[in-house]
Amino acid sequence: MTRPPNAPRSVLVVAALAMAFLALPVLALLQRAPWSGLVDLLRRREVVQALGVSLLVSLTAAGIVLVLGTPMAWVLARVAVPFRRLVRTLVVLPMVLPPVVGGTALLFALGRRGLVGQWLERWFDVTLPFTTAGAVVAATFVALPFYVITVEGALRTSGEDLEQVAATLGADPLTVLRRITVPRLIPAMGAGLALAWARALGEFGATITFAGNLPGRTRTLPLATFQALESDPEAAVALSLVLLAVSLAVLLPTRHRWLPTR
Amino acid sequence: MSTMPPSLEPDPGLDREPSREPVLKLDGTATVGDLVLRVALEVLPGELVAVVGPNGAGKTTLLRLLAGLVRLNDGRLDLGRRTVDDGSDRGFVPAHSRRIGWVPQDRLLFDHLTVAANVGFSPHSTPDRVDSLLTGLHLQDLADRRPNECSGGQAQRVAVARALATDPDLLLLDEPSTALDAGSRRRIHALLGNRDQRPATLLVTHDPAEAADLADRVLELTAGQIAGTPPL
Repeated sequence: MTRPPNAPRSVLVVAALAMAFLALPVLALLQRAPWSGLVDLLRRREVVQALGVSLLVSLTAAGIVLVLGTPMAWVLARVAVPFRRLVRTLVVLPMVLPPVVGGTALLFALGRRGLVGQWLERWFDVTLPFTTAGAVVAATFVALPFYVITVEGALRTSGEDLEQVAATLGADPLTVLRRITVPRLIPAMGAGLALAWARALGEFGATITFAGNLPGRTRTLPLATFQALESDPEAAVALSLVLLAVSLAVLLPTRHRWLPTR
Repeated sequence: MSTMPPSLEPDPGLDREPSREPVLKLDGTATVGDLVLRVALEVLPGELVAVVGPNGAGKTTLLRLLAGLVRLNDGRLDLGRRTVDDGSDRGFVPAHSRRIGWVPQDRLLFDHLTVAANVGFSPHSTPDRVDSLLTGLHLQDLADRRPNECSGGQAQRVAVARALATDPDLLLLDEPSTALDAGSRRRIHALLGNRDQRPATLLVTHDPAEAADLADRVLELTAGQIAGTPPL
C-alpha cells in the first residue's frame, strides 16, 4: 500500500501501535496454542461438557432473544411509547452495565428470596439461581440489547412508507407484517441474532454471579477457560481458541453491517 | 357506509344516472404539523381532477387523507357509497379497508419482490388484471426483475400498474410524470387518458401541460385550501 500524501507519519505510527495492541493478544494465543495435542485436549470430558453447556445455554438464550426482542424492537421503533427515551435507556443498560452487577441484580430479582423469584418458587416451584435455566436467564439478559438495537435501527431506517403503501393496496396489518416488514428485516434480524448469540456464548460475569460455576450445569466455555487457567493453561488456550473461532465465524459473514466495505 | 338496507336503496336507474353519483365526497378539516387542510371536493366516476399549487400547499396531504393515512379533525369523507372518515375513531375506515390506488411521489416499490409480485401484491388483484396491466404498460419483459433493476421510468410504470391492479374506486397520483422519459410518460398518459376505463383520479402535478392534457378540471390548492379552478 502506498502512503497517502495527506497522512502525517506520526498519525500512521500511532495507528499502527493501536493495531498491534489489538492483534497482539490474538497472536499470543495462537503462538501458545498446543497445536499437536489440540484434538486430544478438545476431546477431554470437561471440555466437551463445557462446550455442550455453552451451546445449550447460548442457543436457548438466542431463541428467547428472538421471541422477546423482535416485538420489543418493533414497539420501540413504531409505537409512541410513553417515556420512550427512558425505556430505550433501560433496554440498552445491560450493554454498559458490568456483567457482575447484572448478575447481582438478577439474584435480587429472580433469586430464591428475590423480588419475583420468591413467588416463582412458592407458586410454580421454579428455582433459577445455580441452574442451567439460570445461566440461560443471565445470557439472555446481557444478549437481548444487542439484538433489539440492531433490529430497531433497521426498522427505523426502513421507515413506514412501504408499510403504508401495502396498506393502501388492501393488506391488513398482519399481512403487512408478514409480507413487507419481516422479509425486509431478515438481514438485520440475522445480524442481531448473530451478535446476541456471540455475546451469550462469551458471557461470564452475570453467569458466575447468578448461576454459579457447576460442571455440566452452568460451567460454560468462558467459565471453564477461567477455571483451566489456574490448573491447566494448555486446556485454557485450547478453549480460548474455540471461542476465538466462534467469534470469527460470527464476525466474518456479518461484518458488512458494521464495517466499511473497503 | 349506507344506513339503508340494500332492498330499500333507491334504484339508481329510476331517478338518477348511476355513473354520475360522486365516487368521492369530501368536506372537512385535517391538521398535519403546521398545515391546516380545509377542503370541500367531489369527484365523479372516471373524472380526472388535477391538483396544482405551490410546495407545502397540502397536495400530498390531501392524497394521504383520501388514502386513510391522515385523519380528519372534523367533517366527512365518503368514498364510493360509504363514509370512511367522520372525524371520530369509530367512523374511521383504515387504509387497507378502502379501495384506493396510491402512487406516491417516490414510488416506494417493494424491492424484495419481483415486478410481477409488486403489481400483484394487492389481495384485490387478479392474475388476468395483473397480466393486462403488465402488457398495457409494456412491463411484461421485466416481470421477473426486481424494482432496483428497473430504470426510473420503468419503476414509475410498475407503481402505476400496482395501484391500478387493486381495481380502485379512486386513483391517487402524486407527480407521476416527474423526471420521466418521453416513452414512459406517453404510456402512462395513454392509460389515464381513457375516461371510460380509468377510475376517478386525483392527479397532483406541477406540470401545466400534463394537467391540460389529462384533466377534466384543475383545482389550485394554496395554504391548505382550494384557491380556485384555473382554466385548462
